[in-house]
Amino acid sequence: MEPLTRTPLEVEEETTGDLGARHMVVNFGPQHPATHGTLRNIIELDGEKILKLDSEIGFLHSGFEKISEYRSYNQSVVVSDRMNYLSPLNNNIALAQAVEEMMGIQVTPRCAAIRVVLAELSRIADHIIVVGLQGMDLGAFSVMLWTFIEREKLYDIFENVTGARLTTSYTRIGGLMRDVPKDFEEMIRAVMGRLESTVREVEYMLDENPIFVNRTRGVGALSAQESISFGLTGPILRAAGVPYDIRKVRPYLGYEQYEFEVPTEKEGDCYARYRVRCREMIQSLKIIDQALKKMPSGPVGVSDPRIVIPVKNEENRPSGGMEGLIYHFKNFMHGHGVRPPKGEVYVPTEAPNGELGYYLISDGTERPYRWRVRGPSFYNYQAFARLCEGHMLSDTVAILSSLNIIAGELDR
Amino acid sequence: MDLKAVIEELKKKFADQVLSTGEHAGQPFAHVRRDRIVDILRWLRDVAGFDLLADLCGVDYLNQGMPERFCVVYNLTCVKESVRFRVKAFVPETDAVIDSVAALWKSAPWAEREAFDMYGIRFRGHPDLKRILLPEGYRGFPLRKDYPLIGEGERQNFPRYTRDAHGTSH
Repeated sequence: MEPLTRTPLEVEEETTGDLGARHMVVNFGPQHPATHGTLRNIIELDGEKILKLDSEIGFLHSGFEKISEYRSYNQSVVVSDRMNYLSPLNNNIALAQAVEEMMGIQVTPRCAAIRVVLAELSRIADHIIVVGLQGMDLGAFSVMLWTFIEREKLYDIFENVTGARLTTSYTRIGGLMRDVPKDFEEMIRAVMGRLESTVREVEYMLDENPIFVNRTRGVGALSAQESISFGLTGPILRAAGVPYDIRKVRPYLGYEQYEFEVPTEKEGDCYARYRVRCREMIQSLKIIDQALKKMPSGPVGVSDPRIVIPVKNEENRPSGGMEGLIYHFKNFMHGHGVRPPKGEVYVPTEAPNGELGYYLISDGTERPYRWRVRGPSFYNYQAFARLCEGHMLSDTVAILSSLNIIAGELDR
Repeated sequence: MDLKAVIEELKKKFADQVLSTGEHAGQPFAHVRRDRIVDILRWLRDVAGFDLLADLCGVDYLNQGMPERFCVVYNLTCVKESVRFRVKAFVPETDAVIDSVAALWKSAPWAEREAFDMYGIRFRGHPDLKRILLPEGYRGFPLRKDYPLIGEGERQNFPRYTRDAHGTSH
């Protein structure tokens, strides 16, 4: 679809036909409850049919890539969780994973297992909200209320573990901020049963709901080949029938040890995306169950004191006496700290929205030379104009909520 | 896919274009000239099978001893076999232009707009090359290394609406 370059008035004057019918230009966003973020679309309509759609982004641009070039690797973890406000933990883990691969560090088994549990919980927290909002946007308000209750329970766990509901900043290079609390497993087990029954309940409500099905089936469909060309990944690509999941094809954090399926659907429309998300949540619960069952004991940080930040003792001082204090000092002093060797990596991870990749270039100092993040929303949203082609105005809402565009990640 | 064979074939086929190839942390990459970038990437897509352009971004190698100052990085993926490869095309500062790959991948246009927005690299043949994240009319390219973190006075010189006409200041 070509971009709209004329002003609304020019369009209306040009398109006045024999019957006096005019094309109308509608401004959708940036402040609109159905955009779930600051997105702006300028839509040219013929009646209710979309002729042209032009997206404008950048309202939430925060210069994260520039800021991170002036921060150390551990400091940029704080930047990473501001990016996706539905699943910040996945962003923390992706960044730590990228730096560790660049340095060739292997995290401890306990650290990997904790990261897997939290990544999957975070994925569920993301998917369950998307499913709920998809229902809400199409008139099923109660589904949204149920799913928000579950998200709240998950946020309680995150708060217990990381100290924050949203700005978690939980990972450190080569480890975690701290070990999980003692009642970690009970806390999660208490929520897991509820989560599964809520997912089943949502499926029961929406799967065969005629309003929901009519408004999502065949809406915003894209073939597998075109999806790949658009750079779509994650649930959106899997809904088009491509079983591409980075946890399977390029395992990290020991995902190869866990048994889980990669759900796919054939149609590639909004309904298929909803189905893929629901089925993925069940798979994530499976992974969490396995990870909790064989949660290894031991330290959460690697043994190299030049990389890992010393744990603090009860007096809030770095443990290990004088030596610990020196390591702590050297970790944070200018010109010291985590210094990956010269080189570059692109490390993809499977975030709830798709491939979240960090492209880092190191010049051998403690600050990244280039800190690029490939946010899945950026590429997913690019396909929005194509997906809306030939649909009604009201379908934009259904398509937008099925893509789950996070403005923080889109504009960075 | 045998990636080593693909890289050898690439070197043979585009002998005058490939500057060097290498590997870091197990990730292979190729440095190329910008002149035939579309041909190189079309060959990688159609013959070698890299069907997903995972990411496209710019890099500013100011005083880093690289062939040219700017670089456009193409992170390619083969979805079927999950093989990854990186192509880096160097673009000189004085004539920061490179051919657009928008005709090869539909994911390219916005990524190229962002590279233009942040580094001022222009893409020849792009369907709609304009700023994407920053407002229209913004001066400067903020991810360049000689652009200060604090900005070039945009924050101080932001137009403010005051009530001076009514006798009260903001």
